[in-house]
Amino acid sequence: MPAALPPGDPVPSDGSPPPAVRAALPARADRPLGLYVHIPFCSVRCGYCDFNTYTAADLGEGASRESYPDTLIAELEFAAGVLDAAAAPARRLSTVFFGGGTPTLLPAEELARILTRARELFGFVEGAEVTTEANPDTLDDAAAATLAAAGFTRVSIGMQSAVPHVLATLDRTHDPANVSRAVAAVRGAGMEVSLDLIYGTPGESLADWETSLREAVAMDPDHLSAYSLIIEEGTAMAAQIRRGRLADVDGDDHADKYLLADRILAEAGYSWYEVSNFSRGPGMRSRHNLHYWQDTDWWGAGPGAHSHLAGLRWWNVKHPAAYAQRLAAGISPGHGREVLDAEAVALEHLMLRLRIAEGLDLAAHAALEAAEPITAETTSRLVAEGLVEEEPLVPDAEHPAGRLVLTLQGRLLADAVTRRLAD
Amino acid sequence: MSPKARTPQVPAATDPSLIRNFCIIAHIDHGKSTLADRMLQLTGVVQPREMKDQYLDRMDIERERGITIKSQAVRMPWEFEDETFAFHMIDTPGHVDFSYEVSRSLDACEGAVLLVDAAQGIEAQTLANLYLAMEHDLVIIPVLNKIDLPAAEPDKYAEEIAHLIGGDPDDVLRVSGKTGAGVEELLDRLVVEVPAPTGDADAPARAMIFDSVYDTYRGVVTFVRVVDGHLSRREQIRMMSTDATHSLLEIGVSQPEPQATEGLGVGEVGYLITGVKDVRQSKVGDTVTARDRPAAERIGGYQEPRPMVFSGLFPIDGSEFPVLREALEKLQLNDAALSFEPETSAALGFGFRVGFLGLLHLEITRQRLEAEYDLDLISTAPNVIYHVTTEDGELHEVTNPSEFPDGKPTEIREPIVDATVIVPAEYVGPVMELCQSRRGTMQGMDYLSEERVELRYTLPLAEIVFDFFDQLKSRTKGYASLNWQGTGDQAADLVKVDILLQGDKVDAFSAITHRDHAYSYGVKMAKRLKDLIPRQQFEVPVQAAVGSRIIARETIRAIRKDVLSKCYGGDISRKRKLLEKQKEGKKRMKTVGTVDVPQEAFIAALSSDEDGEGKD
Repeated sequence: MPAALPPGDPVPSDGSPPPAVRAALPARADRPLGLYVHIPFCSVRCGYCDFNTYTAADLGEGASRESYPDTLIAELEFAAGVLDAAAAPARRLSTVFFGGGTPTLLPAEELARILTRARELFGFVEGAEVTTEANPDTLDDAAAATLAAAGFTRVSIGMQSAVPHVLATLDRTHDPANVSRAVAAVRGAGMEVSLDLIYGTPGESLADWETSLREAVAMDPDHLSAYSLIIEEGTAMAAQIRRGRLADVDGDDHADKYLLADRILAEAGYSWYEVSNFSRGPGMRSRHNLHYWQDTDWWGAGPGAHSHLAGLRWWNVKHPAAYAQRLAAGISPGHGREVLDAEAVALEHLMLRLRIAEGLDLAAHAALEAAEPITAETTSRLVAEGLVEEEPLVPDAEHPAGRLVLTLQGRLLADAVTRRLAD
Repeated sequence: MSPKARTPQVPAATDPSLIRNFCIIAHIDHGKSTLADRMLQLTGVVQPREMKDQYLDRMDIERERGITIKSQAVRMPWEFEDETFAFHMIDTPGHVDFSYEVSRSLDACEGAVLLVDAAQGIEAQTLANLYLAMEHDLVIIPVLNKIDLPAAEPDKYAEEIAHLIGGDPDDVLRVSGKTGAGVEELLDRLVVEVPAPTGDADAPARAMIFDSVYDTYRGVVTFVRVVDGHLSRREQIRMMSTDATHSLLEIGVSQPEPQATEGLGVGEVGYLITGVKDVRQSKVGDTVTARDRPAAERIGGYQEPRPMVFSGLFPIDGSEFPVLREALEKLQLNDAALSFEPETSAALGFGFRVGFLGLLHLEITRQRLEAEYDLDLISTAPNVIYHVTTEDGELHEVTNPSEFPDGKPTEIREPIVDATVIVPAEYVGPVMELCQSRRGTMQGMDYLSEERVELRYTLPLAEIVFDFFDQLKSRTKGYASLNWQGTGDQAADLVKVDILLQGDKVDAFSAITHRDHAYSYGVKMAKRLKDLIPRQQFEVPVQAAVGSRIIARETIRAIRKDVLSKCYGGDISRKRKLLEKQKEGKKRMKTVGTVDVPQEAFIAALSSDEDGEGKD
């Protein structure tokens, strides 16, 4: 079952932002603008997944695998209209990210067609980063070539694990051997490669995880994401754990595996730039991913997709058929939205910045209206507890109050540090 | 059945020789209410068309809703050998914690019907009240009820009763409250066997209060038995324990509807209404006299209600503290034995230290607070009153472990009780084992019949206020019945066990126990808290200590991971809301030293005994 959407205020049928948000837009002309495109189809529903995705090929009018690309394009056109009407300064897209679901369940030509329409509507900045997620089984040389030709620059491959019993527990049906083939296809087409891994699956040993890490590193990807398995309410896996058929996930096990990942990846030349993301050098970071943590703007297209524009967050209706109906009627697919108040802005800033290697700019933090002051006493205590790096706290030209950057141990306790600083 | 009384005697003008005052001693479910129904019907005070089952009990329910009061004492006429008599049937509180109130009710009577279910035999509480009645020199009329039941064994239980009170099994009356069989005979026998009240009609008025209840509409209604003299309507009366005077707004009898009268004379039982709002101004056991011609001496036997068991009551939702205060104040209007004062706990927040007559009183009060005032409460382990003498010779009264003096005491005294357990013979072993493990000393053992045994033990009160009754029931498949009463105190080797979180005391978990039990208590609580308290960023030792000596230790390991690894596809709102929720949760946390503990963990640790887990 997909997770419930947050409650919020209603979105007007023309999708127009509230006046305060509109007024804030001109000042953000220099900020990057991103586009997220949600593809809500999967061939198998994985037991752990609570994303908004469906295994049926036809979810109704405008929401079959065949008709869905046109529905998406309708939202892109709607988005361009909303931004125009709000007199937003024209901004070209810096990043585009196709996620899901399984985007590659749609033919590569269809993904290409959607991307092309986005380029026509918004334009791309020089060197724009364009990523799609892909299932290893659904990405061959021809598809990779089609994607590259359309302007995709990165492919994030859902490897998850190299160990068959772990993949089976995760309900992942792909053939592990296909991962390296997919990597070769992406690389052959001249695109960057990222591998997604999941650790902490019930039954996965530390040795299993090491195997997955070593095999991933052996494929020499440009980028790696390592997410701990989170058991979400309402998923099949949560039910299995409740019934005692699967062992519950364990925080200590996660910690051990995170430490192992950090070590193996560092040895192989990868460094963290966000709690769960590692890259070979700053140039290989996923800029789209980073944008989520950096208060930039992005439009999320597709059912259940989330958007952010100058302190306005909104999210679309979840079901693909309802989503398609809205767009067919020419009204916003937005289901709810919230304008962040000063406290929410301050809390988000803290929570998001602490997750990235760049850290929390203490001067920027102090400038926020509702930010809790962070005293030197607090920071030195965090340093003493081994949660925060000492060196970045030293002010430099760009950061007159220094930066708060989490240590390896601090990353494992990032939420606890956030709560402490938010009090 | 037609009423048997033609011309009832007029209250306030009834010759004492025509009055018979009695009560019914019975175990719950042994048919007291049904028997009372038949009496109401046979004497004609309730017309057949008004008759409902358990007439008086129904009025009790109405009373709880604050509508009316009638059932404490019912006046009924009865014709016997061409003379019309007036019965006063006096209700006795049914349970052990109220033995003082029971004794006052018995004092208002000259006779008692001992009512026993012919299919079940006598129970421990009934036995206790029977002994009490015999001490008060009441004439006992033994009656077996429910003889219509197929499972009735009247011969066997008549034998048992005869064994208990002396006399012949053939003297035991056999009735059925349900069919009415034998009830007329019982009423006749009450006339014949129960002595008429005696008193000096010309002396200054003296009436004994045997019950006092609060009614929303009328204020406190006081039930009295006139011993000497006469009380008249519109008179000024005086409470002899406080010398407070009140105007009588109404005086009357229950038939069973309240009926105002001109007054009450010697031997009569009725009610007084003065307009006071609090039962503590009209105390059970006190003597009422006339202001203008007061009596010189009180009727003997008065006692201030004295709490025996103390427990901290805390609202689970801290904001409900004022509601709890108001609720306790309201209950106190009708419960002179309830005492309370504010208590603050680092673990549980604001609440009250409440004194009760016993564990049942505690349970009933807690249930009423929860049911009638919609409160969710947590209670700390019940504590009895200890007297601790320190080396400097100072004597401390300790009703709360926090009052336990530091340092080495020279003597600690604890209250003890005489307990009576009645069980089928096959469970004697398990009951003896239980009593031994609770530091009991056997005082005697009697076979009531071949199958049923009465066991008498002296036990520390502290050992029975917790889960003794539950244990007793579970070891005897529910067959055991228990009664106890306080008999004094004894010196005992007691210690205070403290539970420490990272070296800081958690007040709500301190307990006074026998030295031999300190270790098991300490181990149990340390383990329980270790399992319930969420891991912190640092290692937290959970220790149990007697004084400065650590007797048990568990460790809550430091948390190693507290970060959500995924970003939910840009759903930042969801992550922020999660964090806001956690922040809210942290606000509700109680801080012990530097350890944050959700109040739920403390509550769970205190409640698990109530759920029957973790008993040793």
